[in-house]
Formats: sequence, structure tokens, C-alpha cells
Amino acid sequence: MTATHYNDKVVRQFAIMTVVWGIVGMLVGVLIAAQLLWPDLLPPYSFLSYARLRPLHTNAVIFAFGGSALFATSYYIVQRTCHVRLFLDKLAAFTFWGWQVVILLAAITLPLGMTTSKEYAELEWPIDILIAIVWVAYAVVFFGTIAQRKVKHIYVANWFFAAYIITIAVLHIVNSLAVPVTLTKSYSIYPGVVDAMVQWWYGHNAVGFFLTAAFLGMMYYFVPKQAGRPVYSYRLSVVHFWALISTYMWAGPHHLHYTTLPDWAQSLGMVFSLILLAPSWGGMINGIMTLSGAWHKLRTDPILKFMIVSLSFYGMSTFEGPMMSIKTVNSLSHYTDWTIGHVHSGALGWVAMISIGTMYALIPKLYGREQMYSTKLIDVHFWTTTIGVVLYITSMWIAGVMQGLMWRATNADGTLTYAFIESIKSTYPYYAVRLAGGTLVFAGMLLMAWNVWKTIAARATTADSPVVQPA
Amino acid sequence: MTSGWSLFVIILTIANIVACFWMLRWTSKPRTANEKIGGGADTGHVWDKDLREYNNPLPKWWLWLFYITIVFGLLYLAFYPGLGNFAGVGGWTQTGQYEEEKAAVEARAATLLAPLAALPVAELVNNEQAMSTAHNLFQQNCAQCHGSDGGGAVGFPNLRDASWQWGSDADSVVATIAGGRIAAMPPWGAVLGEPGVEEVVAYVQTLSGQQADATKAAAGQARFQTVCSACHGMDGKGNPLLGAPNLTDEIWLYGGDAATIKQTLMDGRNGQMPAWGDKLGEQRVKLLAAYVTKLAAGQ
Repeated sequence: MTATHYNDKVVRQFAIMTVVWGIVGMLVGVLIAAQLLWPDLLPPYSFLSYARLRPLHTNAVIFAFGGSALFATSYYIVQRTCHVRLFLDKLAAFTFWGWQVVILLAAITLPLGMTTSKEYAELEWPIDILIAIVWVAYAVVFFGTIAQRKVKHIYVANWFFAAYIITIAVLHIVNSLAVPVTLTKSYSIYPGVVDAMVQWWYGHNAVGFFLTAAFLGMMYYFVPKQAGRPVYSYRLSVVHFWALISTYMWAGPHHLHYTTLPDWAQSLGMVFSLILLAPSWGGMINGIMTLSGAWHKLRTDPILKFMIVSLSFYGMSTFEGPMMSIKTVNSLSHYTDWTIGHVHSGALGWVAMISIGTMYALIPKLYGREQMYSTKLIDVHFWTTTIGVVLYITSMWIAGVMQGLMWRATNADGTLTYAFIESIKSTYPYYAVRLAGGTLVFAGMLLMAWNVWKTIAARATTADSPVVQPA
Repeated sequence: MTSGWSLFVIILTIANIVACFWMLRWTSKPRTANEKIGGGADTGHVWDKDLREYNNPLPKWWLWLFYITIVFGLLYLAFYPGLGNFAGVGGWTQTGQYEEEKAAVEARAATLLAPLAALPVAELVNNEQAMSTAHNLFQQNCAQCHGSDGGGAVGFPNLRDASWQWGSDADSVVATIAGGRIAAMPPWGAVLGEPGVEEVVAYVQTLSGQQADATKAAAGQARFQTVCSACHGMDGKGNPLLGAPNLTDEIWLYGGDAATIKQTLMDGRNGQMPAWGDKLGEQRVKLLAAYVTKLAAGQ
């Protein structure tokens, strides 16, 4: 293909893998939810144990499913909003194959127990190096395209993608610095609580830049496109962008409240987490208000329903986050299933739903179709996901608050009212509800796969779209 | 932290907060004379055929939300530690909060536990308050190894039977809990050789009335009396002073089948009861001693 056409091949590849990894990641999620309910569910092989499968689930949904969705949409959006073909086709292809190799290596090494034991950064050093190389290639492709743009103004979606690509590179490299011992084992270069602080500086900004900023970039293109309305407020996007990326950087210590981390660092983490509330909501306001004047479209367009509900979950979890960062609240919520509920309110409600809605809007375009094979199925998928997410997060809220209250309950004689095992016993009913919710979400992904398959199988063309001349 | 780092933290923190405030002031200024939400003017930028942006003013309620969090943040940093070495005017520390809460609980508990202080273990067994407290202490500290019902597990003694590895009198039980115990069964594989170990296994089986090869058992008896009797006694009834188990009953810590006994003899065993005296204090140890005494009595 020539420079007169967009590079849609790499977008197509990442879009398909988004659906594939979504199914894989969520299947493992359902499996480990079932293991919590029935600990002896699987045969007693170490690689089938909860402890080995849990990081497989988190890595698969965040980096394989979410990552593929972000590669696909950032490549699609940066070309459309720069009015130019993607920079360096071969390097773009390398990012696709490189990222898939990273995912496959993760899927093999994590169940085998090769891990740095850092949450969301479990992969061992050779894979870390590969990630760094792929990520730098990603940056070259993305910023190369920006540099060649045919319009003066850089569209807001690209600010968010730019911030995410730069920050993830820095976070990944700094947090993964380690002394290799063998090919599959390394030790972090940071000692004790410094290691914990670096880890959660990474961990929370992975949430902030990977799962928030980047998906806001996705939202900033696909919501106005799908609604057929202009973005609500340019200046709101300016102020919330800068406030979001500057304050997010500080929020990590709220993962280490009431630990050996010095008091001052904990306080800064909490204060900036609270200040983060308004900047986070700026994105929600800009997304939802973009729809004003087009609310009637929600009646007929399930894709828009996915997007609007995802923004609602986004608003809810970015309210919940700052609240949970308050030390007093955190002393109850920390280490309980409330945290799991909070994460899934963001990961399923926001990240998955905006990605699913976006894929339904994007995939027909990539395959020369007017729309998805079945709009009715999208609507069914919308409801299974929404009900599934609600069941998931409400059961984990109740379970989490219950656990927190049980753990801190004391008798007059100074003893704890409940043994730990009693809190686990009391959580079982909620584990069952959570499993039901997760199964619904997973079932929805299977509907999506069928719908995508029928859309692609009846494709008219896979030709790349011509580059649009700037207005 | 050095004062240089402290200053660094303070400057970065304040600069970030001030920058947010300045950006809010700047972007909330009206751009046109009669600017209002839904005014309809867009920025004039167009991307990808139809992608445009309005430039609506910032929603008032959102602006106030932002200001309120900033004000709260600054007040918090004045009151609590946060700005580098500045400890905050409230004098709060997490260690202080912990000590305070702990002292409050201890003070409350002391009034309940004080009347029990003078009671000996034998009487605590029949004291309702003592047993209620001890039950909770057991669930939180002992159940992990000995089980919620005290029934034990492989390598962790069953506390519900009448067998006491380290003695059943009140003083011994208190000493076991407070100071912990280390039970070391040495490995005999290298000394006796595998055939020798198998002979001893046969003899040990006969001690508790199990069936075993009579020839081997007879040979094993000789070895037992040379080697094993030092701790387990000539009659195999054990010695609480050394924590050497009685081998003539049907109670087995690691298992009484031939294969498990053989493994025990070949490789040895190390039993470790942690010391709880420092963590729980004398009085709570005594309550637990009464509790396990009661468990063993089957009550």
C-alpha cells in the first residue's frame, strides 16, 4: 500500500486479537473465581493453582486484551486525526508480532511460576527487555506519525495516547530494573520499602496511564464519532488532561497506607488521590456531555449504550478510588474484596465496556462493512455485560465491607471477635454471585466473537481506506 | 530525610497543586463576552471529515469540586505529615495512632482480665469469662496449626487427646506455650542403614500392638534398646522432658504406618512450637494453658 492509504492491516490484526485475548483473559478470570468458591475444582498441579493462574488472568486482560485494544485504536486514531499513513509499516508490524510474543511468553512462564512477584509486573527480565523494545518501537511509530501530520492541531485523543506511551515506557523500565541470576530469575535492584514504593508508583500509574488515560484517548475519538456530535469542551479537555497526568503520578503511596512507608509519603499519596477526583471526572463530563443533543440515539444504538455506560462506570470508580485512598476508609477497605470490586468496576465497567463498544464501531469499518452482522446481538451483549458487572461489583462491595468489619471487630477482652477463617466462610455466597457476574461477562464475549466472525466472514473487502484530505 | 530532599518534596508538591489552581483560573475565564454553556461555538478545528470540538465553559459544579479538593489537600498537608520533614501541626503519626488504639483496647481488656490474674490454671478451666477469651485467643493464634477444634494435623499435635508430648501439668503447659518447644528426632538412616531401620520399624510397630515381622522385630528390639531408648525409654513410653513421644499408644504425630515410621527414622523430624510469651503476655498464656487442658479433658 502507498502513502495514499491508511495502514489498516496492523489495526485489523490488533482488533481481532483484542477479541481473542478478551475471551482468554476473562475465561481464566471465571476459572479463578470458581476456584475461590471451590478450592479443589482443578487437579492439584502447581500450574493450575490459583496463585499461578491469577497473574495470568490479570496480565491477559490488562496487557493482552487492553493492550491490543489500545494498539488498534491508537494506530487507527492517530492516522485519521493526522491525515497521514502510519509511520514505518514494518516497525508497526514488529509491534504487533512483538506484543503477541510477549503475551505468549507470559502465558507460558506465569503458570510455570517464573515471576518477579511484583503485581502487574510479574514477567521475568528477558520478557521485560522485549516489552521495552516493543514499546520503544510503538513510540517511534506513534510519534513519527504525529510528526508527519497534515493538520496543525493535535487532536485531544493523541495527547492521551502520547502521555500513556511515554509514561508506560518510563514506569516499565524503572520498575523492572533487576539483577538477573538465571534466565528465569532476577532480583529487584531496590531494597525493602523502596521497592514497594517503586512498585506501586508503577502499579498505580499503570492504572492511571494504561487503563485510564489511554482509554480516554479511545473515548475521545469514538464517542464523538458514534454520537455524531462535537466534543463538549476543548478547554475542559486541556485542564483535565494536564491535571490528570500531573496528579496521577503522586497517587501510588495510597496502596501502602499503614505500612512501613513513611507517613509523609502516605499523606502525599492520599492528598493527590483526592485532588485527582475532579480531573478524572473531566473526562467523564466531556464524554457524556458530548451526547447532549443526541440522547435519542441511545434508544437505537447499543454501541453508544456501551460507551455511555462505560463512562458512568468510569465516573463511579474514579469517585470510589479517591474515597478509598482516604486513610480512614482505607483502614477498612485495604486487603479486602472491596479492592477487587473497585478494580473490576474500572476494568470491566470502564475499560472492557469502552473497548467492546469501540470494537463494534471499528471492526465493520476495517472490513468494509456498513455495520456489525447483528445489532440485536450487540444489544444482548450490552445487557449481559452490564448485569454481569453490576453483580460482580455489588457482591464484592458487600463482601469487602463485611470482611473489613469482621477483621477489625474486637471483644471487650481485647480479642478479635472473628477468626480469619470465619470471614472467608462468610464470603462464600458473595464469591458465588461474583462467579455468576463474571460468567455473564464472559458469555457476552462469546457472543461478540460470533458477531465479529459473521461480520468478517461476509466481508466485502479488506482494502485499506484512502487517506482523507484535511479540511 | 535530609533538608535538601525535604525541600525538593515540598517544592514539587506545592508547585503541582499551584499549577492545577492556575490552570483552573486560566481556563475558567470567559473567552467571549456572553459565553455560556451550549453557546454553540466550536474551536474551528476539524479532523477526519467531521470531528469537531465545542469550547463550552467549565461546569461550575465541577470547578467547585476541584477547588474544594485543593483546599482540603492544603489543609490536610498543614495538619498531617506530608510536606517533607514538616510533621504537620496536628502531631499525628501512624505509630502514635496504633499505640493509642492499642492502649485503649488494653485498658478495656485489663478491667475484664484483672480478676482472673490470681486464679490458677485449674480454676480458670471452669471460669466462663476465661474460657471465652481463651477460645478467641486460640482461634487467632493457635488454630492455624492445631486446627479450629484443636484436632491437630500431620506434624502438629492433636490437643484433644490425653497424650502430652511435653507434659500435662499446668507449669509444663504454660512453659510450652510461653517459651515454645523444639522437638528434634535425629535421622538414623546413615547410622542404622536401611535394613537396620526396617528392623526398628517392625519393633516400633509391635510396641503399639501392630502386626509386624517377628524376626525383624526381635532384631529391631536390640537396636531400639541401644539407640532409641535414650529418649523414648526402654519401654518406649517416651519422655516429656525431651518431648520424646510415647510409642506404645495409638497416637501418631507424623503417622503410624510402616512407610511413614520408616521415613521418620531415616530422615528424622523437626517439630517447632513457636514461643508466645512475648507476644501474648503471661496472663493470656495462662488462659490458653487452661483452654488446652480443658480441650484434652474432652470438655
